[in-house]
Amino acid sequence: MYQLLHKEKLGPDIYLYRFRAPDIARYRKPGQFVIVRIIEDGERIPITIADVDTEEGSITLIIQAVGKTTLQMAQMKKGDSIPTLTGPLGEPTHIEKVGRILCVGGGIGIAPLYPVARAMKEIGNHVTSILGARSSNLIILADLMGEASDELIITTDDGSEGQKGLVTDAIRNLVDNGEEYDQCIAMGPPIMMKFVCILTEKLGIPTIVSLNPIMVDGTGMCGCCRVTVGDEVKFACIDGPEFDGHKVDFDELMARLATYRSDERNALERYSSHAGCRLDSMPEGGSR
Amino acid sequence: MNAKERMKIPPVDMPEQDPKVRVNNLDEVPLGYTPEMAVLEARRCIQCKTAFCIEGCPVGIDIPGFILLIEIGDFKGAARKMKERNLLPAMCGRVCPQEEQCQLFCTIGKVRKNPCESVMIGKLERFIADWDREQGEFEQPPSLKPSGKRVAIIGAGPAGLTVAGDLIKFGHEVIVFEALHKAGGVLVYGIPEFRLPKKIVQYEVDYLEKIGVEFRYDYVIGKTIPVRQVVDDFDAVFIGTGAGLPRFMRVDGENLLGVLSANEYLTRANLMKAYDFPEADTPIVKGKKVITVGGGNVAMDCARTALRMGAERSLIVYRRAEEQMPARLEEIHHAKEEGIEFHLLQNPVRLVGDDRGWIRGAEVIKMELGEPDSSGRRRPVPIEGSEFIENTDALIVAIGNSPNPLVPNSFPDLEVTRWGGIVVNEITGQTSVPGVFAGGDIVLGAATVILAMGHGRRAARAMNLYLSSGRWVDLDSTLDLCRAEVH
Repeated sequence: MYQLLHKEKLGPDIYLYRFRAPDIARYRKPGQFVIVRIIEDGERIPITIADVDTEEGSITLIIQAVGKTTLQMAQMKKGDSIPTLTGPLGEPTHIEKVGRILCVGGGIGIAPLYPVARAMKEIGNHVTSILGARSSNLIILADLMGEASDELIITTDDGSEGQKGLVTDAIRNLVDNGEEYDQCIAMGPPIMMKFVCILTEKLGIPTIVSLNPIMVDGTGMCGCCRVTVGDEVKFACIDGPEFDGHKVDFDELMARLATYRSDERNALERYSSHAGCRLDSMPEGGSR
Repeated sequence: MNAKERMKIPPVDMPEQDPKVRVNNLDEVPLGYTPEMAVLEARRCIQCKTAFCIEGCPVGIDIPGFILLIEIGDFKGAARKMKERNLLPAMCGRVCPQEEQCQLFCTIGKVRKNPCESVMIGKLERFIADWDREQGEFEQPPSLKPSGKRVAIIGAGPAGLTVAGDLIKFGHEVIVFEALHKAGGVLVYGIPEFRLPKKIVQYEVDYLEKIGVEFRYDYVIGKTIPVRQVVDDFDAVFIGTGAGLPRFMRVDGENLLGVLSANEYLTRANLMKAYDFPEADTPIVKGKKVITVGGGNVAMDCARTALRMGAERSLIVYRRAEEQMPARLEEIHHAKEEGIEFHLLQNPVRLVGDDRGWIRGAEVIKMELGEPDSSGRRRPVPIEGSEFIENTDALIVAIGNSPNPLVPNSFPDLEVTRWGGIVVNEITGQTSVPGVFAGGDIVLGAATVILAMGHGRRAARAMNLYLSSGRWVDLDSTLDLCRAEVH
């Protein structure tokens, strides 16, 4: 069992969890993920690790409640335990000095981006980070990302914080102003990563993305997380989760993420009415 | 009773759930022998002086020995005799391909000129294991004094569990690291409830725990802890991580929604209890019509699971003919009884989807049998121009698995074959790294539960010898001396 040491709400439906998991904390490297199962008959979901504290023997996960499991997780209290926390899984980010790096994080994707940005800066890269979300209350870890970056830009769709617009607008502005980048790392919703990749390909900036497809075991056994990268089929759990963004078939990834959408919606509504709790983003009456 | 009279007794059938009823539940299909049936079946054994059946058993169970004890009604004695060689009899009695092993060598089957009429060794094994479990008595096996040696077992599947059970009895400290949240490997994620009830696996795992084996779940060795550290921290290591890398057909459309590997489909249905969704949290792809591609036991398991998940039509599409199917006869028979449609000599060449990316059909080409290939089976050859579309709501790819690359990839010192299997000494299970042994599907590729257990048994003997002697070089020749004892 893995004990919840700390929980904190970062924004609407967005929670930070710190779990005791000394082995995972010891060996985890930026870019790796864990499989979480919160109850005995629970599903196994992959979550990229946001941070570790080796002294405390803990790992930090930042999770947006969007479905039954993540909503149920949001009801947990400090001291509660979960039955499964497996990891660190996947291949770590290749951290090396390449020069000027653009770190682009969207919404909850800022969480896994943080350790990567920090490691990239520590090794001597110049890091420009762009954080984007629909609205200012969905921007997370801005302070930490500020520390992990040489330059920080925030964009919101509604203009409630930073520049009004999308992360791609910010990238274009930087490049239009003569800035040059040797590498881009993008983490966030697939649709954001897709458009970042379309743009950076035009701009000739090599781009790494971190993918979060549906998984079951997380060790290469089920093949549920397969993604098309160039002309190859890869398993995100063991070959990834990071890939060359210019080769990823994002449309296929987005379609596959919707495989269980109606089941997921039913499970969420059922849990929500049984447990008497709801997503902040769930309108009255439940159904979306 | 003389041998002639014994030979006249026909095989005792095991009662089974009615096919029409069982497709709507997950309960086990064969219901088991009653004590009377078991005693009658045991009478069919003529106690051959040279027991060929034992030679057919990868773990060398004293088959005539336990059958004789059944015949005289000493079920406890029979259970004890079986456990001398096999700590997991309830599982083996259910999933071993006995018709290719012990029962193939049985004199009765030879006399009756039909291996299907051999003494039903597997069914008797199951009877004794179930009887013993139902008594609910726990018998602490005689243990040797602690050796002070620590052994790590990577993977709690059939091979790893066998090694664990053997080595704990030699007095070693045994810790089993399992990547998933339950022990059993393919026995819990792969083989369906209706073929191997999970409570039986749990019982046998609980038994190992009671006799002192320690299990650590959620440990992916090579990720959670480096393999090197495990090798350094323990006196010996056994790698039994299985053939958990699904093969795909590499045809267009294979990433469409509703196309799953057999591993994914069965893991969702079994380990994750998707049959109980939304009570259990894991959903599964359902369809009115489901195609399973492949002809092995796993394909049969998928096709039969699909019926229990509510499919109206469940099809097996297999590129060869029925005679070449690698599945056990009993599995094929059960599948047919349940109404699985066998579409033989057919092979999908392309999968077609709708505008949302869901599979809607498979373009299938008809095949004919040509010259024998390297496996000795006649090679299936496509018939040009015979393509047609078979509509479907879901498609399960059950064409085999490769060894799981996770441990070998994170431990380059380990020598592997071209296809990813760990290279071992066949007699001892020794790998290229001193102190490290391996067995089961990580060596064999996708094989059977009992072969994995046989590997485990052999490796455990070698590991025990290595632990007590410290000898690594020429371990096989030293072990060879004791080998006659195994068979």
